[in-house]
Amino acid sequence: MMTRFMASQLAFNWRRNLSAIGGTVIIALCLFIVFAGPSLVSQNPYDVKQLNLLDSYLPPVWMEGGNPDYLLGTDGQGRDVLAAVIYGTRISAFIGLAATLLSCVIGTFLGLIAGYFGGWLDALIMRIADIQLSFPSMLIALFLMSAFGTGIDKILISLTAVGWVVYARTVRGSTLGERQREYVQAARVAGLRDAAIIWRHILPNVMTPLIVVATVQVGTFILIEASLSFLGVGVPVTEPSLGLLIKNGFDVLFSGLWWTSVFPGLMIMAMVFGINLLGDFLRDELNPRLK
Amino acid sequence: MFAFTVRRLIQMVVVLWAVSVIVFLMMTFTGDPVFMVVPIDATQDEIAQARRILGLDRPMIVQYGIFLSGLLQGDFGLSYVFRQPAFDLILERLPATMEMVVVAMIIATVVAIPLGVYAGANPGKPLSRLIMSGSLLGVSLPGFWVGMMLIWVLAVEYRIFPSSGRGDVGTIFGMQTSLATASGWHHIILPAFTLSVGTLAILLRMTRAGMMEVTRQDYMKFARAKGVSRRGVLYGHGLRNALIPVVTIFGLQLGDLIAFATITETIFAWPGMGKLLIDSIYRADRPVIVVYLMLVALIFVVINFLIDVLYTFIDPRITVK
Repeated sequence: MMTRFMASQLAFNWRRNLSAIGGTVIIALCLFIVFAGPSLVSQNPYDVKQLNLLDSYLPPVWMEGGNPDYLLGTDGQGRDVLAAVIYGTRISAFIGLAATLLSCVIGTFLGLIAGYFGGWLDALIMRIADIQLSFPSMLIALFLMSAFGTGIDKILISLTAVGWVVYARTVRGSTLGERQREYVQAARVAGLRDAAIIWRHILPNVMTPLIVVATVQVGTFILIEASLSFLGVGVPVTEPSLGLLIKNGFDVLFSGLWWTSVFPGLMIMAMVFGINLLGDFLRDELNPRLK
Repeated sequence: MFAFTVRRLIQMVVVLWAVSVIVFLMMTFTGDPVFMVVPIDATQDEIAQARRILGLDRPMIVQYGIFLSGLLQGDFGLSYVFRQPAFDLILERLPATMEMVVVAMIIATVVAIPLGVYAGANPGKPLSRLIMSGSLLGVSLPGFWVGMMLIWVLAVEYRIFPSSGRGDVGTIFGMQTSLATASGWHHIILPAFTLSVGTLAILLRMTRAGMMEVTRQDYMKFARAKGVSRRGVLYGHGLRNALIPVVTIFGLQLGDLIAFATITETIFAWPGMGKLLIDSIYRADRPVIVVYLMLVALIFVVINFLIDVLYTFIDPRITVK
């Protein structure tokens, strides 16, 4: 499998594209932080027993008054900023990935049904999608969160509610095309049930464009989640994502304590930038119109 | 054209009606507003009475009817917090939000289109690569964080710009706006720039993609062969065709700007309707949230309608159906 992939055209072009390699490296580093995170730092930033109030608001280590135990400084409760950023990255990345996965599964399912069966179901799903697309995702998510209250599960629901539309539209479009093809008609003549035709024959043929959509969406969702958490309607204070760390840092920014908000922001930027670099490459590669 | 307009108007009404149903349902099934208006130590009787006054004891469908007729008359009820008509509260703050959105849109357009044309017409040049990397970074940045960094550097450390507020307000064409005073302009630059970053990057990328597509077309070569200057071809023939997809994005971006203005206004303490929305969410001030949502929904359907009409002027090949 791996050797087959490395011999493919995609892998060949990837090896010659500096920004694609860069994006992959950044994503790999982020994934490393997500999985190895807690073992990289000695402090668990959310275990109150491990915090020392005497160490509050220490600057990063290279500044005057910095403490080598806290490379990126500490916040108002003596929490290591580096540890907080690592734990926050885990939450942000989890929300981005999980919400994308949920959106993809639900959107693809609805798109397949709409495209394959047509009729009133198709009309209903697509009208809902149309209405939703005329409003910015951020606003819909903000509205849903203001109604639901904070919580990671609620963010996942809100993001999925805004995210499924692109998949449904893309998949419906390609399903309409595939449905007319000879292989689908042959499968139908052979007596396969609709569910089997959709699952085994149509689905694999409509998946390619979704790769690009899903890649970019992880980045978008991380940004939306950060914005929601910054506004205080995202994650709860007990599970702070990078956005919430920035919010907490904002309150003390005016006193010149910049490190509590600068580093979480840089982390979001790096993560989303890496995703977008790879997404750009994939779009150029997988879009047959540009070839 | 007339048939198109009528059909679109009907469609707009249907969308707004659907939004009103969704807003009503969400508001009804999330928490009980009665506790927003009664004192904490209210007795059962007082709570029941408040419920009756608010109409919360009526059947759901009757409540929706009252809600809808209120919407149609522009009567959204009193804000639980300010004890003033919620509609007036939002309307009062609308100009502040709009002036920020407009300035942000102007910044984004003025910067993005020339850079996008350049990067699209000269792919592979070092400057084009720099522009494209910059724009990719632009879409990867959390907008609110950019605003905070600007405040930190330009307002806290160097004190070049004010960090919050709207400045003095003057009157242009009978509208209260901070664009009428020097202090207003001084205050609007940071928030408007913050708000424009994402849109700027997206417009730039769309313009570039459009330009790259049109520069391959035969009519571009033909115009050059005919003796039109390079600049004349790029802006006269190329940009006009490249702009078609950009106009669609323009409309969507205008919506995004209004949505993200909530965050920018919160950071810069800008007294617009976005900040009022966030404050109202914290205080569960339901009437204000409803007005905001319905007003923004109205703005969006109107923008989408105008964009569709605009198409036919930019590209006569498109006929509206």
